[in-house]
Amino acid sequence: MASEATLSSGRRNWLPAWLAGDTVQGIRRQRMVLGILFLLPTLIGLILFVLGPIVVAVAMGFMKWNVFRPPEFVALKNFARLFRHDLVGNSFGNTFVMMAMTVGMLEVFAIALALSVHRFARSRLAYFFRTVWFLPVLLSGVSVAVTLSYMFHTDFGVVNYYLGALGIDKVPWLVSSDVVRFSVSLATVWRNLGFTFIIYLGGVSALPQEILEAATVDGARGLKRLWLITLPLLSPTILFATVIDVIRLLQFFDEPYVMTRGGPGDSSRTAVMMVYDTAFANLEFGYASSISVVLFLIILAVTGFQFLLSKRWVFYQ
Amino acid sequence: MTVINRLSARRRSDEDVVERIPDWMPRNAADWLAMVFMIAIGMLTIMPIIWVVSTSLRTPAESFTVPPEWLPEDLYFGNYLQVFDEIPFVYQMGNSFFVTLSTVVGQLTTATLAGYTFARLYFPGRDMLFWVVLATLMIPYQATLIPLFVIISKVFGLADTLWSLILPALPTAFGTFLLRQYFLQIPVEYEEAAMMDGANQFQIFRRVYLPMVAPGMAILAVLAFNGKWNDFLTPLIFMNTTSRFPITLGINDLQRYMMTGSISVVLAAIVMATLPVVIVYVFGQRYLIEGLMVGGLKG
Repeated sequence: MASEATLSSGRRNWLPAWLAGDTVQGIRRQRMVLGILFLLPTLIGLILFVLGPIVVAVAMGFMKWNVFRPPEFVALKNFARLFRHDLVGNSFGNTFVMMAMTVGMLEVFAIALALSVHRFARSRLAYFFRTVWFLPVLLSGVSVAVTLSYMFHTDFGVVNYYLGALGIDKVPWLVSSDVVRFSVSLATVWRNLGFTFIIYLGGVSALPQEILEAATVDGARGLKRLWLITLPLLSPTILFATVIDVIRLLQFFDEPYVMTRGGPGDSSRTAVMMVYDTAFANLEFGYASSISVVLFLIILAVTGFQFLLSKRWVFYQ
Repeated sequence: MTVINRLSARRRSDEDVVERIPDWMPRNAADWLAMVFMIAIGMLTIMPIIWVVSTSLRTPAESFTVPPEWLPEDLYFGNYLQVFDEIPFVYQMGNSFFVTLSTVVGQLTTATLAGYTFARLYFPGRDMLFWVVLATLMIPYQATLIPLFVIISKVFGLADTLWSLILPALPTAFGTFLLRQYFLQIPVEYEEAAMMDGANQFQIFRRVYLPMVAPGMAILAVLAFNGKWNDFLTPLIFMNTTSRFPITLGINDLQRYMMTGSISVVLAAIVMATLPVVIVYVFGQRYLIEGLMVGGLKG
């Protein structure tokens, strides 16, 4: 066959003797050389751009560094300062509130969508809905934030117009510090629902049909079946999706930054926004690093806690 | 077991009876409830998108009128032209294309090579390095941003260049892991057959394995394209010169210029900036959605 000829052609002409493929040692050496060469770009890249920076970030957290003067070691001063800094505490609080609202809505809606569309699995209708729901995932956070901030405008926005038609008073979506966190969360849910849904669709498609049918025969129907059979079977996917969403949303920046710049007041300022402003508006690189390190530790702790808690509710077959 | 078999046999015959009903038709109350819910979410998803497109085609004077005209009668394309006057739109789209395509090609290269090593090649210390790569997945991007900025500007001297957006995005722990899984799924017999034919190890990678992981590469390509095209925080920090901005920063500027002007112009820019992602998605969606669904199973 022609393909065999091209595979072996010219081999002996350019490989040095110690790499010749006709001995076991030669093959093993080929594989080692290739393996090391293939890994180098990724390894060097990750060291330069991920591992190096995280080590530097931790080190910078212990320094005072205002760009213009050389860094100066200050031990735990940055950390002591951030725990007393109300704005930092406030931004972490906002991040948690918005993350909780967003993840809550995302998971409930995504599970409901996946279970609903599964009833019509394999039909063109299912395919159509799947495509529609995924569309917002393609938009950038900036585009979504700009669009929805127009739609959420108190006086001229489309949302309030239709609410008004239903007899509901104007909601001050982005101008009231009580409502703004919810509005930003809604915008984030709008953009991310399609993504979370697809993860659940994978889980729902893999549910063991025999068990579900057996449960139906045993008289588990409706909400009882959902709560006692379907959701426990789905629990590994719920854990996976929730962990991913929580990690992403604790680092939430684009939507709140573009929609509100953290306002009104500081009521929608998030933790990453705080890091950004401290580093690039106030030029306090050391202090900003200490905030980002604390956020990193919080993300680790929350994720660890989710896995720990999962032993109580996640059910592996 | 026999009970279940008999029952499922009965169900199958039930389904035979109703087979004449199309599979998208609701059959009972729960199906109807699901249908209503699906349509409601579908409407909420699609309406802002329709609003963006239709408002981008309205004259500035009408851009803020309610109720919105969902299907505009007169199409006004002036907003699209005005975008080019307000921001260096051509440059910024060009920048986004350059950065995004370079990142996609770069990630595909580094991730297939590294993924192949972790799946099929061996050298001492390889498995330990795999755990190192996996561990980097857990480091949140925002925590590395400040040192990354310092490294890019002070060490490489690349601040405010497009390379500052591309270089740090080239290594990808996620892509490496994804492609490793794809390489692992391919039976070793192919490799053995090629070796019998006298292929060397590089040829085995290039001619045997690489064509077979195309679906995995498609997933990585679509995700990388989407992520990089829509990236906002990195360029916000790294870039200063307007003509070197990617389009996400351009839209952010445009919104501020248009605070008192016509929002239709901003929406026109959003429509144009989103088209490339939509086109890539249309081509890659089969691989992407199937791939993400499988990803969820590994929970």
